[in-house]
Amino acid sequence: MEGFIDMSDSQELSRRQRNQLNHRRLAGYTLVWLVSLALVYFGHRYLWDGSALVTTAMVGINIIAGIAMMMANKKLLAGLDELEQKVQLEAMALALGVGLVGGFAYSALSQTGILPFHAEISHLAVFIALTYLVAMVKGVKKYQ
Amino acid sequence: MKNRLKVLRAERDWTQADLAERLDVSRQTINAIEKGKFDPSLPLAFKASRLFGLTIEEIFQDD
Repeated sequence: MEGFIDMSDSQELSRRQRNQLNHRRLAGYTLVWLVSLALVYFGHRYLWDGSALVTTAMVGINIIAGIAMMMANKKLLAGLDELEQKVQLEAMALALGVGLVGGFAYSALSQTGILPFHAEISHLAVFIALTYLVAMVKGVKKYQ
Repeated sequence: MKNRLKVLRAERDWTQADLAERLDVSRQTINAIEKGKFDPSLPLAFKASRLFGLTIEEIFQDD
């Protein structure tokens, strides 16, 4: 996974190669972030016997991986052309708005005991991700 | 905004992909500009202007 490791500038590459490299890099860091997050939960329970110190350290590693993932995403966005950036911006704006409004509404329903189940942050993450995906598809179709 | 990209491209026998590569944008972006669905930024318009050896006004016209 050369793109994941190589953080050097890739001006000499073609646009397609540069985008592929940036996508691979983002996928790599996303995988590391997800695995490190899963390891926090799994390890806390099964590997280091609930040690607060180790769990805190693992959360620190998870945050570092998350920052690397965000930087990779920033680099990916910077490498896109202006229409692609516009489609991304519109999709992210919608996902953020829907996530914010939906998240607070979901939280309110949960806090007031109206929801018959416990509200989880993962539900919100899935909701935001699905909104982003639908907005991306609509955005791409809009400019075809 | 109307433009003559499709005509200029055809005169040179370039595909959308050829023009996209020369302007360092995606083929979808060229397609959207040609169809008038997306207006290019000033830097991209200047790039097209330099590529075709024409002024921006000779390529892009306000509706």
